[in-house]
Amino acid sequence: MIVAVDLFYWLIGLLLAAVAVMAARDPANPRRWSTALFWALYATLYLAGEHMPPTGAGLMMVAMALIAGFGGVRAGGHASLSGEAREASARRLGHWLFLPALVIPLVTILFSTLLKGVRIDGRFLLDPANLTLVSLGCGALAALAVACWLTRASPLQGVREGRRLIDAIGWALVLPHMLAVLGLLFAEAGVGKAVAHVVTAYVNMDSRFVAVAIYCIGMALFTVVMGNGFAAFPVMAGGVGIPVLVHQYHANPALMAAIGMFSAYCGTLMTPMAANFNIVPAALLDLPDRNAVIKAQVPTALPLLAVNILILYFLMYQ
Amino acid sequence: MHIAVNLWPLLGVAVIIAGFLLRAHPVLVVIAACGVTGVAASMDVPHLLASLGAAFIKTRNLPLIYLLPLAAIGLLERFGLRELAQAGVARIAAATTGRLLIFYLFVREVTAAIGLTSLGGHPSMVRPLVAPMAEGAAEARYPALSDPMRYRIRAMAAATDNVGLFFGEDVFVAFGAILLMQTILRAEGLEVDPLHMALWGIPTAVSAFVIQAWRLHRLDDAIRRDSAA
Repeated sequence: MIVAVDLFYWLIGLLLAAVAVMAARDPANPRRWSTALFWALYATLYLAGEHMPPTGAGLMMVAMALIAGFGGVRAGGHASLSGEAREASARRLGHWLFLPALVIPLVTILFSTLLKGVRIDGRFLLDPANLTLVSLGCGALAALAVACWLTRASPLQGVREGRRLIDAIGWALVLPHMLAVLGLLFAEAGVGKAVAHVVTAYVNMDSRFVAVAIYCIGMALFTVVMGNGFAAFPVMAGGVGIPVLVHQYHANPALMAAIGMFSAYCGTLMTPMAANFNIVPAALLDLPDRNAVIKAQVPTALPLLAVNILILYFLMYQ
Repeated sequence: MHIAVNLWPLLGVAVIIAGFLLRAHPVLVVIAACGVTGVAASMDVPHLLASLGAAFIKTRNLPLIYLLPLAAIGLLERFGLRELAQAGVARIAAATTGRLLIFYLFVREVTAAIGLTSLGGHPSMVRPLVAPMAEGAAEARYPALSDPMRYRIRAMAAATDNVGLFFGEDVFVAFGAILLMQTILRAEGLEVDPLHMALWGIPTAVSAFVIQAWRLHRLDDAIRRDSAA
């Protein structure tokens, strides 16, 4: 592969290392040394993760969690342009300022469709296993280049602004990563099997409506706990969907699967465990309540879950 | 059916629920749940640390979606992108917060349904453009917008992106979730056409749009009441 995902691990590692150095030299940060150590550990895991013994990486992850958990990750000071200067530059650049923001999705889409499977000298141009991610990385680099050219700012200023946003998100940035680790550990420890056992052993599914409701609500609840519909689907489909709905009540398997996954997504809307969709955006939008996005989604998720149950109940023989 | 299933790993789930109910720091809750689950599955400490480390290295691709666009977006913000988005939407007389977000919901869901899931996203679209526009549309009509209402508008902008993405992408045949479902059903001896699964997603996708759009329509009323009070 010519452009592999490792290139972007390396770039993000350098960005995080720069954040660590800037944090250590920032007197405006009340906890600058622990903040610098936190980002330095994260940078090391990106720069050298694959060469590290897994036990060492595990220790570093625990250290990061303890630093973050006891308030050691704080935001520093950031020099921004004054309101007038910002409005003056917005007037001067006008709608051209939108261009780099649109470059990110456009390059991502063009690269991931047009350059998919393209080879040069028999090597893939873009990493086929991480196509969207690598395309997004190229889009972000292109957008940074266009933005620097447009505003006459240096790439270093881009790094400083990246640090400003990373500081704004803070420890919430690593929460999705740690939750993904917990999900893998749950799978290794057999949590899914235990949940499926509890559901099927203690609930009476003689009524077709109860069986449908248990399947959909179980899918949502399991996703609330795991934070990921992909973890819930095999458990609930294997425990209730296939043996009860398909084999006992002869439901259409395609409908059973589609509604099951959508019920899981209703759970995703309601859980802090899906941190990348629910908690990180709250930090990105400077919301004081870290559960504000979840609270905005629950009134959509619950009626939609009820609709799913009704669709599956009434259309299951189609 | 008496197969020996080890129920002890469920303690990890209990730690998560207790932690969130007690409002403990989420990162500490997660690391405590990792420890409890490991002990319950009778892993020793080196084995547990190695499992955590290997999993952490393996999932490094996850935060990239957030981290990659930050430098470019931060630079554009420095030079006034958010102010420009707010001012631009204030000039459109028909733009209300609700209508604007309903339009975004429609575009997000339809593009996700044809596989263009990267047309949105919180760092590259919601923070620099969608949320400032939604806030700007409300501010243009009601200059004395209260802070709680501002936060609610931003949270709804983020929620709209999520709803559009989740319930659009599952209608796309080549999406990962559809392929995952096909693989799992095949392992259980059921052969299902991915196209049928995608088509059966449409009733829910339409319902999701209707419910969220109705709530966004009501958001306009809430903004009006908030400013009248």
